[in-house]
Amino acid sequence: MTKVLAAASAGGHWEQMMLLRPTLEQFDVHFATTHPDLPRRAGIAAATILPDCNQDQPFNSLRCLFAAFALVLRQRPDVVISTGAAPGFFCVLAGRLTGARTLWIDSVANAEKLSMCGRLSRIFSTRCITQWEHLADNGRPGYAGNLL
Amino acid sequence: MILVTVGMQLGFDRLIRAIDELAPDLAMPVVAQTGKGTYQARNIKTLESISPSEFDGMIKQTSLLVAHAGIGTVLTAQRFNKPLVLFPRRASFGEHRNDHQLATVGQLDGRPGIIVAREESELRDAIARGLATEMGSVAEETAARRARLTSAVDQFIRTGVI
Repeated sequence: MTKVLAAASAGGHWEQMMLLRPTLEQFDVHFATTHPDLPRRAGIAAATILPDCNQDQPFNSLRCLFAAFALVLRQRPDVVISTGAAPGFFCVLAGRLTGARTLWIDSVANAEKLSMCGRLSRIFSTRCITQWEHLADNGRPGYAGNLL
Repeated sequence: MILVTVGMQLGFDRLIRAIDELAPDLAMPVVAQTGKGTYQARNIKTLESISPSEFDGMIKQTSLLVAHAGIGTVLTAQRFNKPLVLFPRRASFGEHRNDHQLATVGQLDGRPGIIVAREESELRDAIARGLATEMGSVAEETAARRARLTSAVDQFIRTGVI
């Protein structure tokens, strides 16, 4: 069965991932997030908690990058999907480097321009999609609907 | 009850202060999750953080949600079918790294169950309109856009194509 790693930070990123949950659970999915209460509330027993980080925190970002690579090397997913933010991007990056198919779904919060990780995902992810049609650009990013 | 939330990451004193000042005129209790703000509220109950599971319990008893324009909050209000007043953070006041919340409210203004207040002076009227809102179910167009994205994700996992 296809192994999927689904990584999303706490807050809106996670809420968006949970809207995809019924789709993801048709496969062998493992969830990763940044706050232990979120999978608990959703009744997901085996989730991985990654250290939170953002672009202004180089030390936390490095810790998170290592944790994301460790997770991907342990799980060896066939597919990695993220709705953001930086911790999810690190999972996508690690997935791509280990041969997984990767999908970046830029958060619906980014209605004016792609997030920084979204812009990096245009290069590093197998596919990158925006949730706003006016931001789509020849499939990089593509547009395929919206969760809001 | 009116539930105010500023999300899990940053304080948002401008919103908490404005609600605190309005609270004596609101005919119901107000509970606010303030994040790491510094403003000391006098008229409303404040909590620095509320765990996601506690938050779910509280929102069920809430008539109206007033919040920063974070997507997590918008999706949570939608999940519990509660009316929502959105007050965007501004980069110029140091409330966020950029003005993406202004863009968010620009896209969401006018959707059923969502009322936007761009300035403190608009909050009183927005709260009154929010409390008077009758909630329908998730709009059909939202359901269609959502179905399109979920089937794209399904197809990507199976075939790698979007």
